[in-house]
Amino acid sequence: MHQHLLRQAQDDKGQESVAAPAAKLGRAIVVTSGKGGVGKTTTTANLGTALAARGARVALIDADVGLRNLDIVLGLESRVKYHVLDVLEDKVSLDEALVPDKHSPTLVLLAAAQSREKDEVDTEKMRALVQGLRERYDYVLIDCPAGIELGFKNAVVGADEAIVVCTPEVSAVRDVDRVVGLLGNRFKPQLIINRLRPQLVKKGKMLSVEDVNAILRLPLLGVIADEPEIIITTNKGEPLALRHDSETASAYHAIAARIAGEDVPAPSPELKESFIDKLGSLFGGKRA
Amino acid sequence: MIEWVKKVFGAPTSSSTAKERLRLVLMTDHLALAPEIIENMKRDLVDVISRYVEVDRDKVEVNFEREDRALAMLANIPIVSVNRPSPPPEPAKPAPTASHSGPPPRRRRRKKPPTQNPAAAH
Repeated sequence: MHQHLLRQAQDDKGQESVAAPAAKLGRAIVVTSGKGGVGKTTTTANLGTALAARGARVALIDADVGLRNLDIVLGLESRVKYHVLDVLEDKVSLDEALVPDKHSPTLVLLAAAQSREKDEVDTEKMRALVQGLRERYDYVLIDCPAGIELGFKNAVVGADEAIVVCTPEVSAVRDVDRVVGLLGNRFKPQLIINRLRPQLVKKGKMLSVEDVNAILRLPLLGVIADEPEIIITTNKGEPLALRHDSETASAYHAIAARIAGEDVPAPSPELKESFIDKLGSLFGGKRA
Repeated sequence: MIEWVKKVFGAPTSSSTAKERLRLVLMTDHLALAPEIIENMKRDLVDVISRYVEVDRDKVEVNFEREDRALAMLANIPIVSVNRPSPPPEPAKPAPTASHSGPPPRRRRRKKPPTQNPAAAH
């Protein structure tokens, strides 16, 4: 699998047809957290972009039926015609519903239904849909809704791996602990710590990467700093991972490389000071 | 300035408070999610005490309480009689539990017990 991806990354990006049949089954990875608002959707969009930048064929599924958001983060909202329930209910073909990304030629999105509800998703059909996508894409990333109810179950049903996103907060760590318990061993969950503010950690005002992972004890995929640019890129609908001038973008690319099995140096919890922290200390401002 | 004074005099940082709260909340969560462990613990506890005094098995209550900085197990085990049913068995010999094939373990939710002394005798 990794060999396959590396070879593909060396080829000219995007030369292969996005929908060409893959020799092997791709990997289906659910991005989950339990708690809402920790950055699952942003993480999914950026990891999808970063994996596609390596030449991999990537399908993103927004499994948050009723609260569709992934199309917004990717800037694809005006292109979405059909959604995941249209496919599950055989109203349209998968090809009709997959939206090609604006920026990454090997990335596609299957949007969630905004005006439907989570209990309308047929769990077994969802499993079959993900399986079908794995035959055509190297990676299928599933953006899981918050919560541990039916929406969560439908999001994980087709996955064989999990990435859990956690912010350095008591409530987020508690919810990840619960979700990891629910996932069990089958999904080999790996951790991304999101929205870390190194300056606050240094001052003893925020849980550190070590604090969080002393409790969760999960393989650490990466650490993403709390980055104002994320807000701006989300405003524009252009994932930060598209940029080359940002340390946070590099962190996403490093995570993508780690997912692809490359031996990248372990993520450093000692992130450089973010711009806003520098600005804060420049003016002697206190950031409680 | 106040923060500096606090730091010098060793007031806990908010991240260490967070760490402590997290530790306690997870212990409570894990206990609540493992009712069979609590049932087993309760059974073993009663078995041990029954070697010395006669207790009312049906009225045994085990609860967990969060205190400020610790989690406490409170057991209320009503003692029916202090007349030993038989001399205490040899120490440290694990009691066979086959006699205790009572009802299947009930799922116990944590609930606030009425104020009571741990292991209060009736």
